[in-house]
Amino acid sequence: MSAVMARRAWVEQIMGFPVSVHVRGDDPDSAERAVATVFAELRAADAAFSTYLDDSDLSRWERGELPLTTELAAVVALCEVARERTDGWFDPRSGPRYDPSGLVKGWAVQRAARHLTRLGEYGWCLNAGGDVLVHAPEGQPEWRIGVEDPYDPGRLIHVVSLRDGAVATSGTAHRGEHIIDPRTRRPATRVRAVTVVGPDLLWSDVYATAAAARGPSAIEWLDGVDGYEALLVTALGAVRVTSKWKQEAM
Amino acid sequence: MRRIMAWLGATVAGLVLLFSYRTSTMSTPAANAVTTSGTTGTSDGNGTYEGSVAQTRWGPVQVTIKVSGGKITSVDVPIYPSGNGRDQEINAVALPILTQETLDAQSAGIDTVSGATVTSDGYKESLQAAIDSAHLS
Repeated sequence: MSAVMARRAWVEQIMGFPVSVHVRGDDPDSAERAVATVFAELRAADAAFSTYLDDSDLSRWERGELPLTTELAAVVALCEVARERTDGWFDPRSGPRYDPSGLVKGWAVQRAARHLTRLGEYGWCLNAGGDVLVHAPEGQPEWRIGVEDPYDPGRLIHVVSLRDGAVATSGTAHRGEHIIDPRTRRPATRVRAVTVVGPDLLWSDVYATAAAARGPSAIEWLDGVDGYEALLVTALGAVRVTSKWKQEAM
Repeated sequence: MRRIMAWLGATVAGLVLLFSYRTSTMSTPAANAVTTSGTTGTSDGNGTYEGSVAQTRWGPVQVTIKVSGGKITSVDVPIYPSGNGRDQEINAVALPILTQETLDAQSAGIDTVSGATVTSDGYKESLQAAIDSAHLS
């Protein structure tokens, strides 16, 4: 392996947030088509599931103008599983309308990433608005994912080193109080940010969203969830981590 | 061990200073000296360390840390002022001090950043944009 590995990045704004893909390997430019397919698929998922677009499949289904598509059915079913796995703290019905977007993002990104998996010997890092999915083949270093300080986004509170897996963060740092507490139906305010590391993005993201709604005690809950570790910053700035959270990565 | 105690002391002291700062235009704050107490640590430094309760104008403040393998694994503030309608305000001021030691992103050698969802509008100023721009061709 050469000391300096070629690396190329692509960025597009999709679903209202930046999506960047980094590819490492001998000739990263050759990944151009696979990356374009990832972006196209994410745009298609946005068109289908947007709660902002009146003509999205989701909006039309809610108005009774469209039968449940295969994709919608899959997402609705996954949302139900998510609600059960999170003791109801992830709930697409907690707001004024059915809103699966807390799951759709992870689901769509995870699914679109299969086009990168086909690149074989290349390493890749997909970042969708702060939620990250990575793969580094043998012979390449692990990806280093900085966890931003929710009180000073130019700084980091941790670095996660990963070969394969996901890092998802939920909180109020950039978009304000947008996570609804399903029990009170009011904005959840006791967690400033929570980062979940796990094997896949869909569940890391769902657990992070649920933990933000649940409050600081979510750390005890996540300690009992196999394969997922978390770091939580409370609204007061205290930092809590699950028992197997790696402290050494920095 | 000594470093940890110093850190805990500094954290509580910093917190008290911030509380004091908020009141400096009003009257002399009633912040007492801070010492650490109530530790349940083992000889290798692992365990839970409780800072003593510091009296501030807004009420008592206490910081507790857990140490494992020589690292601080959690910071809690079991006692903090509330109920006077000012807790939100106080929280916002106290936060930067209570968060664990942070890292300068430039020196960390990171490949990407995970954080609460960045909006497209906020992207240009973000750390991720800086990292991306180094690799766009």
